[in-house]
Amino acid sequence: MSKPSKKFDSDPNTTGHVWDGIEEFDNPMPRWWLWVFYVTIIWGIGYVIAYPAWPGINGATKGLLGWSSRANVAAEIQSAEDKLAPINAKLEAAELTQITTDPELGPYAVSAGGAVFKTWCAQCHGSGAAGAIGYPNLLDNDWLWGGDIENIYATVKHGIRNEEDDDARYSEMPAFGDDYLEDDQIDAVVNYVMSLSGEAKDASVVAAGAEVFADECSSCHMEDGTGDRAQGAPNLADAIWLYGGDYDSIKETVTYSRYGVMPSWGNRLTEAQVRAVSAYVHQLGGGE
Amino acid sequence: MAILDKHKILETNATLLLVCSFLVVTIGGIVQIAPLFWLENTIEDVEGMRPYTPLELAGRDIYLREGCYVCHSQMIRPMRDEVERYGHYSLAAESKYDHPFQWGSKRTGPDLARVGGRYSDDWHLDHMRDPQSVVPESVMPKYGFLEKKMLDGKYIGDLLKANAIVGVPYTEDMLENAQSDFLAQADPDSDYDGLLERYGEDSVNVRNFDGHADVSEMDAMIAYLQMLGTLVDFSTFTPAASR
Repeated sequence: MSKPSKKFDSDPNTTGHVWDGIEEFDNPMPRWWLWVFYVTIIWGIGYVIAYPAWPGINGATKGLLGWSSRANVAAEIQSAEDKLAPINAKLEAAELTQITTDPELGPYAVSAGGAVFKTWCAQCHGSGAAGAIGYPNLLDNDWLWGGDIENIYATVKHGIRNEEDDDARYSEMPAFGDDYLEDDQIDAVVNYVMSLSGEAKDASVVAAGAEVFADECSSCHMEDGTGDRAQGAPNLADAIWLYGGDYDSIKETVTYSRYGVMPSWGNRLTEAQVRAVSAYVHQLGGGE
Repeated sequence: MAILDKHKILETNATLLLVCSFLVVTIGGIVQIAPLFWLENTIEDVEGMRPYTPLELAGRDIYLREGCYVCHSQMIRPMRDEVERYGHYSLAAESKYDHPFQWGSKRTGPDLARVGGRYSDDWHLDHMRDPQSVVPESVMPKYGFLEKKMLDGKYIGDLLKANAIVGVPYTEDMLENAQSDFLAQADPDSDYDGLLERYGEDSVNVRNFDGHADVSEMDAMIAYLQMLGTLVDFSTFTPAASR
């Protein structure tokens, strides 16, 4: 370090550092910068007093404002619930069949139900409710268990073939391939079922298939194959297929059967949410 | 200032600089980390937590191997929108047997902290084989190959032991029966009483998750997904408000 030196009188002092003869001016910090710096220090002190900050023996200091992420979220949820409480109470008290036509409840139930649907139902039934293979389309008027709002409500509330709700809808088609029907009988009945709504793959066995159908299938799917909603037995004559209507798909259904499952939403959602989503599904297009 | 002039001694003495830097970093580390070991409320004790069953742990390993955490977090934050969509916010205790934990902030897919029981096994199977078949707008890749890779659980006991070493309370009984428990959970016709006795009657799902005989990686994966976030009964849980 050499002595500070000045070339001109107007030059500020140097820091005294010299590298290979190059010196450094000791300019003061800009005032505005310095003041911002001091303000941040004061802000910081205030912050650790106001909010939880310093660790102690049993926990951190609480802070003067009493801030708590848990209390905040609880309060926020509570305030949203309070706002909706009156209309939700009305929704819960209303007759199911009156909801959709009620000028106040109808629009509320449909938009609230839409939100419930997109959160909880869209993963299986699709965000547009058109379903997927194995998951029913809710836009059409082909219902497995009934399409009036009371039946939709019962399906949503209790679900289908789940183990969590004793009132869940339940039916069990036998797996006919389990040493029950012969292969040629299955082939025949599959062709007959195809012929109900379209063309059989092998028209020569349709008559034999009709006999098998009358003996084994008609008690649930009805003699004309139009199904029975009381048992969740699908209509086989309407060309709408949950698991596919080609020969291989129908053969797999007859051989191994299918057991679609729907959770019990009464266990997870509030009564108002179940009613709202039932109203939403009812107005999608197929509601009866 | 005189003390600042002394800084030159540090700047011109590499070893001293190193020692003093280390000292400063150590102090900072102690202040941040040490309190966590003695603060009573670091991990709040909740009822219902149990170590993963061998099959679930194998599924968790596959979850890590496939990098599921790259798109899915397992942490529901205490905010209204998250709580309404995913369920009760996550508690630290719910990942206390996770090594490593699966929190995260990047969500290309949804949070999975409470996905357990939300869908049927069949849905998971369809969704793993071809996510777009059930969620057309999904960008998730297909994981159907998990079905074809069979597992015999030969080394599952070692995995449990490794977890026990880092603090997961697996008992001797659990370690000894790891392989039989592993196979029993995916076979409802097996003798799974021991499994339920060891891990808890209500919280263990014994099912043929993928519908095929034998245990595949898909069984393990679905077994893991179906228990996520289901251990704590939130109808009886009261959060300590001081957090």
